Amino acid sequence: MLQLKKLVKTYRTGDQALKMIDLEVPDGQVLALIGPSGAGKSTMIRCINRLVEPSSGEVWLDETELTRLGAGALRRARRKMGMIFQEYALVERLTVMENVLSGRLGYVGFWRSLARRYPQKDVDEAFRLLDRVGLLHMADKRADELSGGQRQRIGICRALIQDPKLLLVDEPTASLDPKTSRQIMRLICELCAERGLAAIINIHDVALAQMFVSRVVGLRFGEIVFDGGPTELSPDKLTEIYGEEDWEATIETVEDETEEAAPVAAVAP
Amino acid sequence: MPVLTENDTRIWRRRTTGKSLVLWFGWLLGLAAFVVCWQRISGATTWFFVQDAPRIAGDIWTRATPPRWEYLSQLGKPIWDTLNIATLGTLIALVLAVPVAFLAARNTTPSKLIVRPIALLIIVSTRSINSLIWALLLIAIIGPGVFAGVIAIAIRSVGFCAKLIYEAIEEIEHAQVEAITATGASRWQVMAYGIVPQILPAFAGVAVFRWDINIRESTVLGLVGAGGIGLQLSASLNTLAWPQVSLILLVILFAVVISEWVSAKVRGAII
Repeated sequence: MLQLKKLVKTYRTGDQALKMIDLEVPDGQVLALIGPSGAGKSTMIRCINRLVEPSSGEVWLDETELTRLGAGALRRARRKMGMIFQEYALVERLTVMENVLSGRLGYVGFWRSLARRYPQKDVDEAFRLLDRVGLLHMADKRADELSGGQRQRIGICRALIQDPKLLLVDEPTASLDPKTSRQIMRLICELCAERGLAAIINIHDVALAQMFVSRVVGLRFGEIVFDGGPTELSPDKLTEIYGEEDWEATIETVEDETEEAAPVAAVAP
Repeated sequence: MPVLTENDTRIWRRRTTGKSLVLWFGWLLGLAAFVVCWQRISGATTWFFVQDAPRIAGDIWTRATPPRWEYLSQLGKPIWDTLNIATLGTLIALVLAVPVAFLAARNTTPSKLIVRPIALLIIVSTRSINSLIWALLLIAIIGPGVFAGVIAIAIRSVGFCAKLIYEAIEEIEHAQVEAITATGASRWQVMAYGIVPQILPAFAGVAVFRWDINIRESTVLGLVGAGGIGLQLSASLNTLAWPQVSLILLVILFAVVISEWVSAKVRGAII
């Protein structure tokens, strides 16, 4: 469904963030993208919805090639790709409801959106989503009154109300505590399963990734160095992705995952 | 390189010896310049008048007190004009300043090479000329009266407001803009949802702050014939009607205190 072909991004400073990335994500697959800081994970998902313009290569979403779209067509394509951010990126001074409904901006005209007159079915859907993530009672609160975990749930609602086919998730748990991180990851994966969405999740926490996803892709210096199931990640593979480090503890956490209080090992850079 | 090695121990000082010397020399130079300037000013002053000053000031004070209270009935209209000049001028300035600010901010300007310099030029040129001078120019163009005053205040304020607003735009959190862009929102929607909410507090603060300043500025516009209470002030000064002058100054003080109070309240309510 999503296909990256020879995707290259070279920043103006000369840094090659992505070197010839080839990747295919089938319908409904949740994929974790791991790799050290600066490996190009954020750049890669931003090249898909063109928040960052790729230098060359192709991005196919179903039958559409995204890198050559004009402004209007790109906006229509973006509606099909929901994005979730590390620092939630909610508009702090707007209410929760306004933030959720802003996911519909691609479907609603300018004046209607300015007057906040969204179609009733959008509003219904917003309430349904808020209920699903357990924050219905917060609808009228301002976004900056919420805790980190709550904000990320609102971020998820905003992405889902777009009615996307694909979720681009950029470090969803990096600003959250271990327990909330798991809850958020579980929520994202559950929602993807419910709606049959594909997702690319950038994540630092290898153990957390292994816990929830069916496929892991490892990125190092802008190249894919690992692609496989979560159980195939051995210490050798992690060394290849991240560099030399004692990995036993990281992988062990996965095995006694049932214990809710299990410490989530930090990943050394 | 403040880390030096002496007798095998590494010592750290804030500045190297050379830098310290330069700094001291700089201070010395500054002090010398100050002394020279002082001497020059002193030489160019007619000290007789300065020694006389307390006596003259006392004389004016006795002439000016008590204020001529019955004159108050004639000041209602001019002070109302003054308030209107300030308020209308500020509103017009804000309407003009917002687009200029968006064109000047690095992250929203459509073109860094052409449009941004033009916007910055507008900001600098309107800011650098005093509203009194704008009023003089405008009176020559559109004739004396309140309208010239309104336009003078508006032009003078555009640069000020635009500068503060564009700085606020440059400081917004980019992630929120990215998030709105990622939903497929159009350019204008990104502006309305991603940028405007973030700069709204700054905008409101700038608006009341400039209104506050404009009330002070518009009180003197009448001196050159651009309407408002300054007209009465200049007439009273010219006829040496000191009790009227003191009353006008009291009225201006009162208006300024009120505006200060209002803007403090508004700012408190927003932030």
